[in-house]
Amino acid sequence: MLNYIIRRLIGIIPLLFGITIISFAIIHLAPGEPTTQQEFMTPRISSDTRARLARLYDLDKPLHIQYWHWLKRFICLDFGRSLADGRRVIDKILERIPVTLTINILALVLILSVSIPIGVISASKSGSLFDKTSTILVFIGFALPSFWIALLLMQLFSVKLGWLPISGIKSLDFEYLSWSGKLLDLIHHLILPVFVSSIGGLAGFSRYIRQNMLEVLSQPYITAAKAKGLSRHQVLYRHAFPNALLPLVTILGLSVPGLLGGSVIFESIFALPGIGELFYRAVMMRDYNLIMAEVVLGAILTMLGNLTADIAYAYVDPRIRYGDGSR
Amino acid sequence: MNNLLEIKNLEIEFRGPKKRIPAVEGISLAVRKNEIVGIVGESGSGKTVTTLAITRILPSTAQVTRGEIFFEGNDLLKMPEEELRHIRGTKIVYIFQEATMYLNPLLTVGAQVAETILLHFRCSQKEAKHKAQELLRKVCLPRPEEIMLDYPHQLSGGMNQRIMIAHVLCSTPQLLIADEPTANLDLDTEEEILNLIFNLQKELGFSCIFISHNLGLIKRLCQRVYVMYRGKIVEEGALSEIFAQPIHPHTQALVNAHLRLTE
Repeated sequence: MLNYIIRRLIGIIPLLFGITIISFAIIHLAPGEPTTQQEFMTPRISSDTRARLARLYDLDKPLHIQYWHWLKRFICLDFGRSLADGRRVIDKILERIPVTLTINILALVLILSVSIPIGVISASKSGSLFDKTSTILVFIGFALPSFWIALLLMQLFSVKLGWLPISGIKSLDFEYLSWSGKLLDLIHHLILPVFVSSIGGLAGFSRYIRQNMLEVLSQPYITAAKAKGLSRHQVLYRHAFPNALLPLVTILGLSVPGLLGGSVIFESIFALPGIGELFYRAVMMRDYNLIMAEVVLGAILTMLGNLTADIAYAYVDPRIRYGDGSR
Repeated sequence: MNNLLEIKNLEIEFRGPKKRIPAVEGISLAVRKNEIVGIVGESGSGKTVTTLAITRILPSTAQVTRGEIFFEGNDLLKMPEEELRHIRGTKIVYIFQEATMYLNPLLTVGAQVAETILLHFRCSQKEAKHKAQELLRKVCLPRPEEIMLDYPHQLSGGMNQRIMIAHVLCSTPQLLIADEPTANLDLDTEEEILNLIFNLQKELGFSCIFISHNLGLIKRLCQRVYVMYRGKIVEEGALSEIFAQPIHPHTQALVNAHLRLTE
């Protein structure tokens, strides 16, 4: 097992290399440079100044040299400084992580704790009123664009009823609140973003679980479990449920990068200082160092997520743990 | 009354979203105490659904629409679920074809046998495990202590079928329903499994419904046979009669096929 993990980790390196080359090329191919804005603001900039600016940002060298410089720094885990404000890229990302991570973890917990029961119950009573109602609701949830729901909910709860804050992560008087007041304030601000970012996943997951469960329920070993004299409940939860949950491991592994990736749309609508919003601004500013750091972060998380899923799968599924060799 | 099981006018249909397809159309059959009865027929003729209907474990798409199933004098189709549940796995037991598919892939075979024991008897986990191990020995599995901890996919088809038979022995069954238990096994293993079932039947004296599409197997094991064809029983009788004078064309075809093979 350890051998396998080490092999997989080594395998990540060339992949990462490829990903960084491609993203580096793409972002440099896009029109505009970090200096564009500064030059635009001062139309009468001299060509001498322009050259100095370019040299400052390392833009006067050929692309492969620029990449080489970036790579040398990256190997020492130095992501450089933001081209926009000169702060260290790593600091800019770290300060954004808590917001994005909190929202996404809360959303994932909400999604799992609601969609698993819905999926299991609608599968075990397939064709029932509950199944039909939840199917309809799921399709509605799936079809409605979440930014639109976000706006509607803001309109209702923040503007009309005034129950919840309209945007942001903390109130203006946050610093003056007691710690319990601070917590309450944060929760208040998080309700809408967490709920809205859960809707799509909620619909998808409950559908997915229902489908898995239905498939497992038609397996021969379920018939055998019934024939043994197990009760409906025991058949459902001891034999069918664990088997239906297996494929979920992969999905969870794949959602790991999403936890830190953030969403440009939500974070913009709710004015949340998260990673998605940072990335969006970095792209607009052509802040190469920041963009590359986020790309690398995303790539590493994706690959680690996959690896974790594979390891977890081996842990929960004996068919993978012990291979297929029969005696 | 010496019929252990009596099925009268059983009708089963599959319900699709739009139409209903009859699977079994008014069959009647009886199993006496201590008897091995064969059901022979091609695949899709309704053999398996009929036997699943006995303890009401049909898939949700299939439904019994008419008929009665008497077991020890009680109609199983009218019996409350809770009561019937105590008959499943104790008095009426099943073994299926391709045992590997009928075992939960996520549980060790030992845990699955122990689960059945715990279900029907009051005993501790430890005692159940101990008894499960004994049963594995009884069905002639080598090194039962080790096999207990194996998962179904680690064992061969024949070994898994022995595990299924060990399930059956958790209690003292009255009726064993063996649904093509040796399909997909090689000839040597088939022979061993058949002998095991046959010897257990003699030792414990249960009745048995043996389903097969192989008339040769039925001829060796059973005293009487029902021939099923497209959801109906087209012929029934002692094996000697059937072989001497097959009446229905389908039976004739089966007998001829068997004779041609054995020549």
